[in-house]
Amino acid sequence: MKWNVFLPYLAVTAGVTYLIRMLPLTVFRKEIRSRFIRSFLAYIPYAVLGAMTFPDVFYSTGDVRTAVCGVAVAVLLAWRGRSLLTVAVAACCAVALAQGALLLF
Amino acid sequence: MNAEFRQGIRHGIPIALGYLSVSFAFGMKAAGDGLTVLQAVLISMTNLTSAGQIAALPLMVGGASLTEMALTQLTINLRYALMSLSLSRKLDGSMGMLQRLIFSFANTDEIFAVASSQPGKVGKHYLYGLMLTPWIGWSLGTLLGSAAGTLLPAFVRTALGIAIYGMFLAIILPPARQQKPVRFVVIIAVALSLCFRYVPGLNTVSGGFVIIICGVAAAAAGAWKFPVKEDAA
Repeated sequence: MKWNVFLPYLAVTAGVTYLIRMLPLTVFRKEIRSRFIRSFLAYIPYAVLGAMTFPDVFYSTGDVRTAVCGVAVAVLLAWRGRSLLTVAVAACCAVALAQGALLLF
Repeated sequence: MNAEFRQGIRHGIPIALGYLSVSFAFGMKAAGDGLTVLQAVLISMTNLTSAGQIAALPLMVGGASLTEMALTQLTINLRYALMSLSLSRKLDGSMGMLQRLIFSFANTDEIFAVASSQPGKVGKHYLYGLMLTPWIGWSLGTLLGSAAGTLLPAFVRTALGIAIYGMFLAIILPPARQQKPVRFVVIIAVALSLCFRYVPGLNTVSGGFVIIICGVAAAAAGAWKFPVKEDAA
C-alpha cells in the first residue's frame, strides 16, 4: 500500500485506540453513574465481535463448505469453554481436513 | 532487574504466546491485502488490538474515509474505556500522570484481566513488565506472519484464515451460554449483520458502518432490556 495512503490510516487507528484507553486513566476518572451507559459499555464487546464474526467467518477460507466445518468445530469447543488458542487452532485444523476431504471426493 | 518488573514479564509470557499466534494470522492477512511487512508491523506496534486491526484492513484497502475509520475504531475499542476506568482504581502511588500515559497504550483485554486479578494495588514496575512481553509477542507474530506467511503451502494459509474468527467465538460463546443478556445481544448483533450483508439496499452500506450500527444497536437493546446490576461493570 502506498505510504501516503497508509500513514493517515495508521495515525487515525493508533490515535483513536490510544485516546480511548488513555482518557479514562488520566482525565475522566469519575465513575459512570448512568446505569444505561454502564450496561451499554458492558455489552458492546459481544455485540461488536458477534457482528464481525458473522457472516464474515463463512468467507474466511475462500470456500463456504470448509468454513462451515471450521465454524462447527469452533462453536462446539468455544461453547464448552475451551481457551482462545485451542479453539482457533482446532478451527484451522478442521478447515485443513475439510480441504483435504474435498480434494479426495 | 527489579523483582516486580520481572514478575510482570513472567505474567506476560502466556499472553505473549497467545498473541504470537493471532498476530501471525493478522500479519498474513495484511500481507495478502497488499500491505508491506513494515506497514503490518507498524500497525501492530502502534495499535495493539486484535479486533480493531482486523476491521481496519478492509477499510484501508477499500479506501474508506478517515471518519469511517475513526468511528469504527471508536466502536470496536470502546470496551477499553471501561477497562481503563476500572483499572484506574487499582493503580498505586507510583502511577503518576506520565506512567499512566505510558501504560494506557497497552491496556488490552488480556493485560487488563491479569492486572485486575492481582491482589492489592499494582505499580509501575509490574505493569511495565506486564505490557512488554505481550507487545513483543504481538509485534513479532505480525512480522513472522507478514514476512513468512506467503512461504506456507496454500492449504495452510487458507486454513489460517479462520483463526481470528475462532478466537472471537471463544470470547463470545462462553458468556453467551451462561448469561441470557449476552446471548440476547449477540443474537441481535449477528441478525443485523446478516441483514446488512444479504438484504438488497442494506448491503450497500460499507463495512465499518455496519460494525458501528450493529454494535451500537445490539448493545443499546441489551442495555435497555437487561440493565446491569448496580455493583457490576
